[in-house]
Amino acid sequence: MATMLQKFPSSVSTLNDYNALYPDWTQREVSTGTTIMAVEFDGGVVMGADSRTTTGAYIANRVTDKLTPIHERIFCCRSGSAADTQAIADAVTYQLGFHSIELDEAPLVQTAASLFRDMCYRYREELMAGIIVAGWDRRRGGQVYTVPVGGMMTRQPVSVGGSGSSYIYGFVDSNYKPAMSKEECLKFTAEALTLAMERDGSSGGVVRLAVISEQGVERQVILGNQLPKFSTV
Amino acid sequence: MDGITYQCLGLLQLKTTILAVKFNGGVIIGSDSRASMGESYVSSKTINKLIQVHDRIFCCIAGSLADAQAVTKMAKFQLSFHSIQMESPPLVKAAASIMRELCYNNKEELQAGFITAGWDRKKGPQIYVVSLGGMLLSQPFTIGGSGSTYIYGYVDAKFKPDMSLEEAIQFSTNALALAMGRDNVSGGVVHLVVITEAEVKHVVVPGNKLPKFHDE
Repeated sequence: MATMLQKFPSSVSTLNDYNALYPDWTQREVSTGTTIMAVEFDGGVVMGADSRTTTGAYIANRVTDKLTPIHERIFCCRSGSAADTQAIADAVTYQLGFHSIELDEAPLVQTAASLFRDMCYRYREELMAGIIVAGWDRRRGGQVYTVPVGGMMTRQPVSVGGSGSSYIYGFVDSNYKPAMSKEECLKFTAEALTLAMERDGSSGGVVRLAVISEQGVERQVILGNQLPKFSTV
Repeated sequence: MDGITYQCLGLLQLKTTILAVKFNGGVIIGSDSRASMGESYVSSKTINKLIQVHDRIFCCIAGSLADAQAVTKMAKFQLSFHSIQMESPPLVKAAASIMRELCYNNKEELQAGFITAGWDRKKGPQIYVVSLGGMLLSQPFTIGGSGSTYIYGYVDAKFKPDMSLEEAIQFSTNALALAMGRDNVSGGVVHLVVITEAEVKHVVVPGNKLPKFHDE
């Protein structure tokens, strides 16, 4: 007697194969489809990220920390393949730590960004990594450098990245003003990330924020029910 | 191939930015004015993507230009016939339903989606979206086309129900300008049509009068 394996007609979904013996996340790579952002202000930077890591349609980690310390006052936001970005961040952390010991002083944010860029460009065929490097150093104060997929590096006063970033270009373009205060930057980042998380299926969870300045690093988490609310949302 | 579609990663992408927003007393329907062939040639800088299907009902198209023109032509004819039979101006929902029937029944052949907006006596200002497969949805505001991805955050944050006319024009112009600033296949001038009980007004905002943002 044959067992009826097929339970659903193929018209049920073109995106997911519900008749497969194993769920899709067993065959999919882990990705930080994500929304990340960093803003410069006078005296430091504000960095933010969502907290969702997906393997296909399964959320592998709903409380991910995508803000990774590279040095005492230099952090990076990671987007793209989780494995690639973790490996790159580990390698750069080692290189930067070594460089800092040789120099006998705190490294520059531009140095960290250059190390990321060198690695992302050299291995651009194999890697899928979009990284925003931000931090504070004595020479130039707060700085944000973006190293998107492909391995370019450029400094920007405000930078967004990840799959959710497409939805907030308009919001960021219209709401960013030069010379914002730290509190204004925090509010701006939290609002932008919330809007992206509402529209992008690969972004969600909580909003993680970090403020880096001469005084050090302050970390914050905004939970789901505390996120800013908008009228249509 | 000319038209306002291109294929991207197997999914049909719509080369334009269109939007419609309801305000206190009417609707505004708007679009950019660029028609492109491929990624890098602008075949027209000033085309009007807003089509009038009846006195107080307008449509903007996203998708294949040929399909959209064929559907709107048929809808215009059926709507005027319907309006003569009923001896009164047609409902916006009727116009949207006609297009939905055409899109749904011919979904294998057609590749066009519409935003229909207008004013009628029964329900006042309304906006309907007919998507690619033939779904009909009523919304207080809606955006579409390839440039719309960049302004989801902006419109979610800035839309308020029951805006005044000036606020709604500012909202639409800003949203289209932001999308045109980031999407390379949207550009040119901003075409807006303001539909109220009293009149239909076509507003064109040329490139040099568009709002500028911090990095421009």
